[in-house]
Amino acid sequence: MNTKLYEYILLLADNPLILGHRLSELCGHGPSLETDIALTNISLDLFGQVRNYFQYAAQVQGLGKSEDDIAFLRYEHEYRNVIMVEQANKDFAWVIARQFFFDAYHKPLLEQLAGSNDAQLSAIAHKSLKEVQYHHHFSSEWVKRLGDGTEESHTRMQDAINHFWPYMGELFEETALEKEMKENGTGADLVAIKPVFKSFTNEIMAEAGITVPSSEWSHSGGKKGTHSEHLGFILTELQYMQRAYPNMTW
Amino acid sequence: MQLNTEDLEREFQAKIDSGRSIEPKDWMPEKYRKTHIRQISQHAHSEIVGMLPEGNWITRAPSLKRKVTLLAKVQDEGGHGLYLYSAAETLGITRDELYEQLHSGKAKYSSIFNYPAVTWADMGAVGWLVDGAAIMNQVMLTRTSFGPYARAMVRICKEESFHQRQGFEIMLTLCQGTEVQKRMAQDALNRWWWPSLMMFGPKDEESTHTEQAMKWRIKLKTNDELRQQFVDQTIPQIKILGLEVPDKDLKWNESRGSYDFGAINWEEFWNVVAGNGPCNKERLEARKSAFENGAWVRDAAMAYAEKKEALKEAV
Repeated sequence: MNTKLYEYILLLADNPLILGHRLSELCGHGPSLETDIALTNISLDLFGQVRNYFQYAAQVQGLGKSEDDIAFLRYEHEYRNVIMVEQANKDFAWVIARQFFFDAYHKPLLEQLAGSNDAQLSAIAHKSLKEVQYHHHFSSEWVKRLGDGTEESHTRMQDAINHFWPYMGELFEETALEKEMKENGTGADLVAIKPVFKSFTNEIMAEAGITVPSSEWSHSGGKKGTHSEHLGFILTELQYMQRAYPNMTW
Repeated sequence: MQLNTEDLEREFQAKIDSGRSIEPKDWMPEKYRKTHIRQISQHAHSEIVGMLPEGNWITRAPSLKRKVTLLAKVQDEGGHGLYLYSAAETLGITRDELYEQLHSGKAKYSSIFNYPAVTWADMGAVGWLVDGAAIMNQVMLTRTSFGPYARAMVRICKEESFHQRQGFEIMLTLCQGTEVQKRMAQDALNRWWWPSLMMFGPKDEESTHTEQAMKWRIKLKTNDELRQQFVDQTIPQIKILGLEVPDKDLKWNESRGSYDFGAINWEEFWNVVAGNGPCNKERLEARKSAFENGAWVRDAAMAYAEKKEALKEAV
């Protein structure tokens, strides 16, 4: 088995898995029917991507496991998502800030992966990119709407941006595996994505009247398997059926 | 020539009797308008309250495939709510007014959603039985007299029959699984069977709106007729699953060519309608809190749109 490729797929797939989970918690509880439907759509897209990645990971692993074994039957430290996507749905501004930063990273990431020398990863990236362009538009429009809407929405949007700001750095922290995958032509170049991310998010925040936080410091650990306290609770729900009723077909 | 109300009413009824549809700008009796606002909004409320019991299981779905299917299903229900609120709005009422009626308890929604979804098998039973029962009503409504409602129903029916098949397929998978899974399926059937039969509403002799509703083509069959049709259609499916019907009085009636079934607990039905069901409070609370917590978001979107509009005009 190509362990490195398998591990790299987890690094790509666990972010949409956990973010998709967070968004799915909101289904039926959105601030309007239209936003409820739109957020569910994003969640659906992310889970669709996750399925493509994990089906491929299972194939690469070659142990006869399924997408569900990989999604549901790992321990906390084996998940490779960044801490940012674990953060709770405190209010709609938090949901939007988390989505905005993730989409601003996700779109250029997929643009790079579309050119991967791994045909399967390239195909997944091509397919996902169409969806993520919509997410990218949706979340940035909402940052503007909330930032430049009412006094209350502005305060909440600023608070959300301030909260998520120190979680962003981890997205661009290049692990040894990511560096190696970049160099062998399989993976994305995080160093190149960062300025694209910065200039886009700065432009939107300026338009939204949001003050860009100045701190450069960032939380990290998720990519290496050290998560926030949230992940355990997420996994409790995510894995509930698979853990409580093992080895059954659903 | 000015037509008087009587002439207008005669013309209106003739239009309905000839099978033509009534459109929002057409003249209609005030009672017809009010009845439709009540019925369409009740239907819309049922869709969005109906998102809640199934929504509870999205984060716990047992596989990625089931999770995606369930998410899409609950999202479809939101979409149905959206078309139905829009259809009601054509009758001169706003969505906020309709929400207000839901939140104050003035407007009702289908009582079935006041029952809890306690295991994964409930996702099968709800799709199969609850959507199945809803379709019986909705297929009939594709031919109803009010155009926007009938057209909304055509689209909704297509999606609902898909949901029903998915629900049955969840049940079938459980019934072909382990003993634990079969027990889970039987338990879900036991809990959802009778409430599903109650979904068709009170017995014909106690149903107050039937006669007028038939005249206006809001109803083409009575509650009892639809209920019987549902029982006759569903019993063979229960047999395919290998489950037991939770009704000791159920038996085939050769002379009627239908199943006779046991007495429905109408006391339970009226209690749930009155607000005493297991989840009435939670369901309404969830809707109210989504609406209240979302107020600042809707205000912001409105304020932003107004600012953009003002900017455009200034240019």
